Amino acid sequence: MSASRLTRRAFAAGLLAASLGSRRASAQGFAGLGGEAGGFAPVVPGRKLIFPQDHGPHPDFRIEWWYLTANLKDAAGNAYGVQWTLFRQAMAPGPQREGWDNQQIWMAHAAATSATAHRFAEKFARGGIGQAGVTAQPFVAFIDNWALRGDVAMAAATLSPLDVTAAGKDFSYALRLTSDHDLVLQGEQGYSRKSERGQASYYYSQPYFTAQGTLTLDGKPVEVSGVAWMDREWSSQPLASDQTGWDWLSLHLGSGEKVMLFRLRQKDGGAYFAGNWIGTDGRSQQLAPDAIALEPLGFTEIGQRSLPTRWRVQLRSHGLTVETKPLNPQAFMATSFAYWEGPISFEGDQTGVGYLEMTGY
Amino acid sequence: MSRALWILAVLLSHWRRHPMQFATLLIGLISATALWSGVQALNAQARSSYDRAAAALGGNRTAMLVSPDGNAFPQQLFVDLRRAGWPVSPVVEGSARIGTRSLRLLGIEPLSLPIEASAAPALGTADLQSFVLSPGATLLSPQTLRELELHDGDTPEISSSAKLPPLKAQAELAPGVLVVDIGAAQRLLDMPGRVSRLLVGSKDIGARAPLQQVVGDRLQLVQPEAETDLERLTDSFHLNLTAFGLLSFLVGLFIVNSAIGLAFEQRRPMLRTLRACGASARLLNGVMIVELTLIALAAGLIGLVCGYFIAATLLPDVAASLRGLYGAQIPGELSLKPQWWFTGIAISIIGTLGAASASLIKAARMPLLAAAQAYPWQQAQQRWLLLQGGGALLIFIIGLVLLWRGDSLVAGFAVLAAILLGAALGLPAILALALAAGERGARGPLTTWFWADSRLQLSGLSLALMALLLALGVNVGVGTMVESFSRTFDRWLDGRLAAEIYLNAANDQQAAEIKTWLKTRPEVRAILPGARAEVKLQDFPTELIGFADDATYRTNWPLLEHTADVWDRVATGEAALVSEQLSRRLHLSIGDHVTVPTDRGPWPLQVVAIYADYGNPRGQLGVAFNGLIKHFPDVAQTRFGLRVDPAQVPQLVEALRDRYQLGERSLADQATLKAVSKQIFSRTFAVTTALNAFTLGIAGVALLTSLLTLGQSRLPQLAPLWAIGLTRRRLAFVELMKTLAMAAITALLALPLGLLVAWCLIAVVNVKAFGWRLPFEVFPLELLKLLGVALLASLVAAALPILKLLRMQPAQLVKVFADER
Repeated sequence: MSASRLTRRAFAAGLLAASLGSRRASAQGFAGLGGEAGGFAPVVPGRKLIFPQDHGPHPDFRIEWWYLTANLKDAAGNAYGVQWTLFRQAMAPGPQREGWDNQQIWMAHAAATSATAHRFAEKFARGGIGQAGVTAQPFVAFIDNWALRGDVAMAAATLSPLDVTAAGKDFSYALRLTSDHDLVLQGEQGYSRKSERGQASYYYSQPYFTAQGTLTLDGKPVEVSGVAWMDREWSSQPLASDQTGWDWLSLHLGSGEKVMLFRLRQKDGGAYFAGNWIGTDGRSQQLAPDAIALEPLGFTEIGQRSLPTRWRVQLRSHGLTVETKPLNPQAFMATSFAYWEGPISFEGDQTGVGYLEMTGY
Repeated sequence: MSRALWILAVLLSHWRRHPMQFATLLIGLISATALWSGVQALNAQARSSYDRAAAALGGNRTAMLVSPDGNAFPQQLFVDLRRAGWPVSPVVEGSARIGTRSLRLLGIEPLSLPIEASAAPALGTADLQSFVLSPGATLLSPQTLRELELHDGDTPEISSSAKLPPLKAQAELAPGVLVVDIGAAQRLLDMPGRVSRLLVGSKDIGARAPLQQVVGDRLQLVQPEAETDLERLTDSFHLNLTAFGLLSFLVGLFIVNSAIGLAFEQRRPMLRTLRACGASARLLNGVMIVELTLIALAAGLIGLVCGYFIAATLLPDVAASLRGLYGAQIPGELSLKPQWWFTGIAISIIGTLGAASASLIKAARMPLLAAAQAYPWQQAQQRWLLLQGGGALLIFIIGLVLLWRGDSLVAGFAVLAAILLGAALGLPAILALALAAGERGARGPLTTWFWADSRLQLSGLSLALMALLLALGVNVGVGTMVESFSRTFDRWLDGRLAAEIYLNAANDQQAAEIKTWLKTRPEVRAILPGARAEVKLQDFPTELIGFADDATYRTNWPLLEHTADVWDRVATGEAALVSEQLSRRLHLSIGDHVTVPTDRGPWPLQVVAIYADYGNPRGQLGVAFNGLIKHFPDVAQTRFGLRVDPAQVPQLVEALRDRYQLGERSLADQATLKAVSKQIFSRTFAVTTALNAFTLGIAGVALLTSLLTLGQSRLPQLAPLWAIGLTRRRLAFVELMKTLAMAAITALLALPLGLLVAWCLIAVVNVKAFGWRLPFEVFPLELLKLLGVALLASLVAAALPILKLLRMQPAQLVKVFADER
């Protein structure tokens, strides 16, 4: 599971470096993320995650993100999806430099999706001058006028309550996120292994948020509420170099349980499956690769690309088979590095909502 | 298909039999395309440089936030605005000196830089990481890199303590600009935590807080300007070039038209045969269009290559005059965009088809059988003359209306075009009248024949003569203008540069030191302080220059109009001298009032004099030095003029240079300044003169080719004369005289036309283009010279056909009678 999560974030962080034109680096996987950690802090097992400190940035590590997706509904029952992500990437290791010399670069994506509209925006900023950044206490992650901010009453163990805001040319949203579940540590107490070769990341999530607030699409504000999922992850060397893309899903099951799974596509045509089953008590259980089956059911043509936007998901170990369909098959993020990310709903052994992400098509 | 190919082959065989005619057609097309595209290349080159200079990161293409006093402000305001939703990007600006060269140093923040502001697209794809992270990079244009005699990777010092990040050439950057990361710029310019201005991106990124709420009144929004100052100022210069390009193009098309017309006449029997063999009129016409398009394509390509060389040859002069006149930096190397090639080819094809349209229409309407007779194309000449004369009259009337009502530079050029076109169209009618008058006064059969045959020849030659008339007329006009200008300019410069030495100290402190030292020197008779401030009057960039109250100005400064007490009034600080440009632009005359926005509030001034300020694209106001200092307390007071005994000038200059290390730019004597100014102007007109010469050359070619093509068709007219006893030598002489007579009449007509053109240039175009008017002078010697050139050109053009006639075998002349004619 963690591999997938890291992978998808790494791709975005990779885009950050790729957009910086680092050609040599992009030859080794995504912007060198498959390369050596070279001077950055290594990810080692046994490190205990401490909150609220670890809500803040870890500039000694090369990449890091704060990643939120939400499935929402208005009073009339119309469904919406919201995405808010902030990435940090260090251009160079070493002590943090002052002002414009600071080596951190920040990037953010925000999107709002309905059945008929998909709006998104991206932002870039340099660290060191206060245009973007994250502080652990009081918790706030921000870039320009977008922010993910902890309430004065925020509990470090639940990362709740939070307020999230973002705005673009034709959309904006302001949501309050609350949860009474503790954070979920992924992998071995937050140490999440990526491969036999030692790639790993630190990783924790809050998949139990309930969300409430206002979403404005094309000038029309609506009151919305629903569920949200937040991921925190940081690493210095998370990726393998032979990956061509991935298909990733997060599912809020009707039973209150949560599922995250993905298929990592490789250059040689093979694929690597992984995922997690998170119980209502917050306990996370790794899924065996051979217990996961993903089968595309329908494709959407977007520009020159053909994207499998409908899937059959089978988790044999848990006796679960569902078929997913996108809220809006056109939920394409035509950002500096393009990918598909949007809300889905599913039916079958369980019903519910979730998010689908597809890259490399 | 194969039928079409056969027809094409048959049509092309005509050119094989008439290589001279084919050459004519090609020469016409090539020269038309070459001059047109050459001028276009020059204009495009200059314009793209302005764009780069303007859009680049500091120009006025992007909306900006600046502090009301124009000073730098804390970068926290940038952060505050970003956090409030503003798409702003910070810029730090200053100047840096490498060696003796002063350059503009720009610090940018590449991540937030609005796309529309980065005129250099390479900035986006450049290795940002290496640009941003230490040691960073200094981007500059390859030209500037060469001029500095430095290389990629060098880290020159810009002061004793600051070294630039490694240099890196970027072709898209404007010359004279150094671009570094904002952090580096703050360090280099010693502006920690401060920025010069914020660029405001035009992309909508969502709601933003009101400006006032975020920054109070610490910043104000400056809206982008549609046009840069440089574009505005240089517009007239480019229009000038374009007009010349167009003129040359038209002259070239005259040649094409005459060549195609003749070819068509000669191919009538061939066309008839083809039609009789079953080729439809449509197919025939289609193939003819294909044939012409192929020729136009080939000639257009050659023309483009020639155009490239013309542009490359003229570019140094154009660049020099644009730099001298407007301070515009144009790279010295041509870089042409693909669309230049496409338009060049398109122009060539369109021009060819346009010039051929009359012939094509005739061919399409040609009755199948009537085409058998190659009748003389002089038929229906009378009707044509009338039509053309009417057209000329109409165009003259349009020109008059434009002159009367028009108020723009374009209208000015339209008047000029009307004069030229009207004259060209009217030429055959006037020539016909002149030849008819000659015929009436003729005695003896040969003389009568001489005039009558000239009239018959007229329509065949009229296009070439028109071209000659235009070329000569423009030559006379431009020559007169340039000569008028250079004389006026010399006189004006003498008055304007009255002080013997001009000096610009590095700073106020050095200025004070120099002044103190100069006061101890006996040879210095007076120190005239000067100061300059820049303002905008009704959007017109205007400079204020401060005059000390001194006899030097009273006796020397050239004034066009003034009140009696002009200098006393100026000395009070309540009155101003106004440059001619400004007075025309703002419609100011003596006694009017003008209010100048200053650092210390509005400054009302009364206009007491208008003076010529040739070559200055900006407006200028002459005011009292003390008044200027009072209203602009921050202006540098580092400039002064020195009145010195002329004999002592070299020693004093030497002494000043040694003592204060003043460079060429900071210290100049009167003679040097005058030489530089004159050089700038001669270079400006060098381009005009060169284009002029090209045009005249093309006209000569037109005449030559017309005569050559006529030579063949005129055999039936000459053969009878030969048969009744005129020797070939005599015949040749008569032919030569005829050509010279017609050229002479044309050249004589060109003189008044040229003077009219000169008047139009001086009184209409110059005034609109540059804002100043020259006294109109006529230079008879120059006119005589041109007359001689015209006759010489016709003599040369006529020589080849005449020689051919001289050497013609009698058998060929006899053959005329045998042929079915």
